[in-house]
Parts: sequence; C-alpha cells; structure tokens
Amino acid sequence: MSFLVLQNLEKSFGPNRVVKDFNLSIEKGEFISLLGPSGCGKTTVLRMVAGFEDTSGGMIAIDGQDVTVLRPNQRNIGMVFQAYALFPNLTVAQNVGFGLKVAGKSRSEIAATVREMLELIGLPTLGNRFPFQLSGGQQQRVALARALAVRPRVLLLDEPLSALDAKIRVSLRGEIREIQKRLGITTLFVTHDQEEALSMSDRVVVMNGGVAEQVGEPFQIYNRPKTKFVADFVGTLSTFDAVVEDAAMGTVRLGDASITLAEPIAAANGQTVALALRPEAVHLTEGPGHNVSLAATITEVAFMGSVIRIKANAGGIEVSIDMFNRPDVPPPPVGARVTLNIASGDFIVLA
Amino acid sequence: MIGRAKFWSWLAFGAGVLYFFLPLIGMFEFSLRAKRGEYSFLAYANVLGDPQFQQTFLYSVIMAFFTIVWGVLLVTPTAFWVRLKMPKLRPVIEFITLLPLVIPPIVIVFGYIRMYNTSSWLPLTGTAVGTNILLMFGYSVLALPYMYRAIDTGLRTIDIATLTEAAQSLGAGWFTIMFRLILPNVLVAVLSGAFLTFAIVIGEYVFAALLNRPAFGPYMVWMGSNKAYEPAALAVIAFAITWACMALIQLITRFSKHERAKG
Repeated sequence: MSFLVLQNLEKSFGPNRVVKDFNLSIEKGEFISLLGPSGCGKTTVLRMVAGFEDTSGGMIAIDGQDVTVLRPNQRNIGMVFQAYALFPNLTVAQNVGFGLKVAGKSRSEIAATVREMLELIGLPTLGNRFPFQLSGGQQQRVALARALAVRPRVLLLDEPLSALDAKIRVSLRGEIREIQKRLGITTLFVTHDQEEALSMSDRVVVMNGGVAEQVGEPFQIYNRPKTKFVADFVGTLSTFDAVVEDAAMGTVRLGDASITLAEPIAAANGQTVALALRPEAVHLTEGPGHNVSLAATITEVAFMGSVIRIKANAGGIEVSIDMFNRPDVPPPPVGARVTLNIASGDFIVLA
Repeated sequence: MIGRAKFWSWLAFGAGVLYFFLPLIGMFEFSLRAKRGEYSFLAYANVLGDPQFQQTFLYSVIMAFFTIVWGVLLVTPTAFWVRLKMPKLRPVIEFITLLPLVIPPIVIVFGYIRMYNTSSWLPLTGTAVGTNILLMFGYSVLALPYMYRAIDTGLRTIDIATLTEAAQSLGAGWFTIMFRLILPNVLVAVLSGAFLTFAIVIGEYVFAALLNRPAFGPYMVWMGSNKAYEPAALAVIAFAITWACMALIQLITRFSKHERAKG
C-alpha cells in the first residue's frame, strides 16, 4: 500500500462540488505536484490532507493509518503557506522550535534540532532575528524549516513560491527539491505554475474542475497530454482540426497534406480529431525526420533572448514556433513566406 | 499670504490649547489654595493622607485588575473565534458589545440586584465576595464596547486564519494558539483595552454605590460634596494617573521588539 492514499475524495461547499472523486496514491519519498488553474480544487485537496477542511466523502490514509477524521494537530504533517505565516512575536529559532516545544521536547533537544534545521536551510546565523527582519525568501525558508523540524510524515506546500520575486522563486525551488530529496520526505506541492510543477516533481497531477485530468511524470505530461485541457494548460500549443483517413495506420488529412502519425488513432475513419503541436516541434529549416511541410506566412516575431517566439499563419491556422537564438541567423521578417517543417511523430492527438 | 495662513492656523491651535488647558490650570491653581494667602500642597496631603482614599483607591485598583483579566479572557477568545469561524456573526456581536453604551448602568445594576439577590437562585449579593464578583462582571460589561473594539482591531492586523492553521499543523491545540500566539500578537490592543477598562473602573459610581461597595467612585462623589479644595486635588491626581497609564502603554509597546516594525 502506498504511503499517502487519497481515495474517492469528495468536497462540496453547499451545492458546489469542488473536488470530485479524487484518487491518488503517493509512494514514500515522492514529490507530487497538484497543478491547475485557480479554483480547480488543488488547494482544497491539500487542505483536506492537512485537516483544515472536512471531507464530504472518501478517505485519506497516511502510512496505513486512516486520518480522515483526525484534527490537524493530530496528523503530524508539516505545512508551508503562501503567506509564510511565521509567528511575528517569536524569533526565527523560536518559530522553528515551536512544534517541538508544543510536543514537550527538552530544551537541549529543541536547540539541537533548531540548529540542524537552520543549517539545512542555509541560515545558521539568523536564529535571533524576528520574521520582520528577514526577506521574503528567507522567511519562506524559515517556514520550511519550521514545518520540517517536527519530522512530519508528509510535507504539504501550498503555493510556497507565489509571493516571491522571480529570481528567488527559481533558486528556492531548487533548494526545496534538494532538501526534500535529502530528507526523503513525502511531499505534496500545490502550484498553478507549470514550470515549477514540471521542474520539481516526480509526478504531476493536472487538475481541472475538481477532477484529476492526468497523473504522470513531467516528461509524459508535457509530451503526451491525454486531454485538451492538459495540453493547453501545460505549455503552449497550436491546435489543428484534421480528418481521419485511416485510423489503424494513423493517417489524417490536414489541409491539403496527408500525414501519418506515430500511433494509430482511436477514432473512426472520416471523423474530425484535434491535433496539437508544441512550438519547439516546428522548424523553419528542414532537418532529419521532418516529413511534414506546411506553407505559411510569418505574422509575428518576438525576440526574447535565448528563444525567438514566432507566429505564422498556415492556411488559416495559427501556428506558434519557438526557435533558439543563433547570432548568425536573424529571425525572419513579418510577412515572409516560409515552409514549416514538422516530424509527424511530434503531433499530439487530443482526446 | 503664507505668513497669514500660518498666523490663522497658529491662532486656531492656540485657541484649542487654551480651551483644553485653561480649565486644568485653573483647577490646579485652585487646588493649591487650601492654605489662605499662599500656595501649598495641603489639599494633596489631605487627600493622600486620608485612609479612606487609600482604601477605596486600592479597592478599585484591585477590582480594575480582576475586571481586566476577566475582560481579556472573555473578549480575546470570543473576538478570535468570531473572526475565525463565524465572520457572519460579527455585526451581531458588535451590536451586543455596544449595548452597554445604550442601556443606562442603573438599569443593568437593578437587573443584577433583581437576578442575584439573597432570595434568588444565585444569591451573589449575600456575601461581600459574591457582591465583588457581581461588581466585576458589571464593570466588564461597561468596559465591553471598548475592550471588544480594541482587541478586534488588534486581531485585524494579523492573519489569524493562516497563523492558526500553521500552529495547528505543528501540533498546537486551542490553548497554545490562544496564549502563545494570539494574545502576544494583540498585546498592544489588549493593553489599550485594559487601560480604558482601568479608567472606567476607577471612576465608576452607579454600580459601586448601588451594590454598596467601598470603591473610589463613590468616595470621589462624597468628597466633592463635602470638601472645597480636595476634590480639585483629587481630579489633578486622577489626571496624573491617567497620563502615567498612557505613558506606560507607550513604554511597553516600545519594549516588545516585534511590535517595532508595525510602528
């Protein structure tokens, strides 16, 4: 049995069902992200695991123990909040030691753990400061140390990076992942930022409308999205309508071209299916494996530094193209007529 | 032009100062005239040396202390709980806490005497201790509008929902949350509520007189109707105590480190 099990989880606020039949099994030491737009129920799931929300149905088990009806302070979980939630009247060391003090640990044991935790988050000298004397990034690291000090069974992170500025966010997400791996602590991470979810997680759960649309490894989620929502929400996409010519062979008609896809299609011949394409799969120059070519006109060019984001019109369909910057190849001008080169295996069939 | 504007604002300021301080100065000057023909602190000596002053003042200070403790213990968890769990009830609670400003104390105290007299189910007025407890409850009712507002405002400055959840996830129960987190964080608000309570209890007359307790309020009234210079001296002393209290609050605020950032 998995370490953290969420079974048929349900939550309604009045007539409003915000979490619907949610199932998830997490192994010990795994880092799982709940990814989705605001209002998709991801935070509600996390809060039910923490015990801050009652479940309307279903079961939550940690390490084989049913915790569904336990109060938050009986669950032995650690939680980090978006708003840091450090206790303003306590010093950094007192904040980190709070849980241990509540648990009635001895003074020397608390001091030792606090020292160890501050060492872990790289702030060994700030124990005597008050929260208001720290930067946002430091405060959130202290909050992490405070949550970890009680040696919780599960670590819950509720958009912990959203309140921080961009640079700190990127460096802190690396730190959090590193600490999580070192301690081997089972972690549930809620975010609306796909980059965070993809870069940090062992597995990502993409949620929409209270339902888990897809659960999988980041690579799989990005490259093989199962639903249109997942494909749309994770990364940018150009979508095409194509008519199935031969489902078993995987051939479809897209505009004037007949394309053979990598896999057979689960649809009848003559039906229309949605195809999707990642911007990095479209090339302006021909290369090995590019067996589909579409004539197009450049409509927009955005130079972003390392990446050049181009939009082109291919027979009425808008296609996004990402190409890497190369000093010797300037981006094409708007209005230029180009050929888009695509490997047919890069098309994603959306359900 | 600028000079003229400045002149008028200074004039307004000066008028305000005169309006406020002139009576005080007059009262102070009068309180020094107990000895014919010269200024002296005789009236003050009389007041401070009066054993009745000492007894009633001490009694009221002790009553104020217990009223404050009871008020804080009653109001802080209530305001906390309403904010956390029943925000819709806030207007109702606010209305209830305002009632003591609308209902005259005489009505409240008659209600008390009817409810808790010696032939009632809870004969609080039967003993001195019982009457003291009743008086303390009465005082805390009078102080309720100020106490509740002060603490509720204090609670607004901290994110109590998230702090509570953070503490819960660390294993803390309600008692720990209340006394280790909420109270220390609204300490300044609690102190200002406590100060107002102190001022109310020290000056209160109706409750103490009708419950027949030896409090400072009735003593002041008795003094006012029987002496000439001493009431003025008493008023000056009362002002001094009030200002000392305010200074004390400022001092405590300055000493609690984590409050400095807010200021």
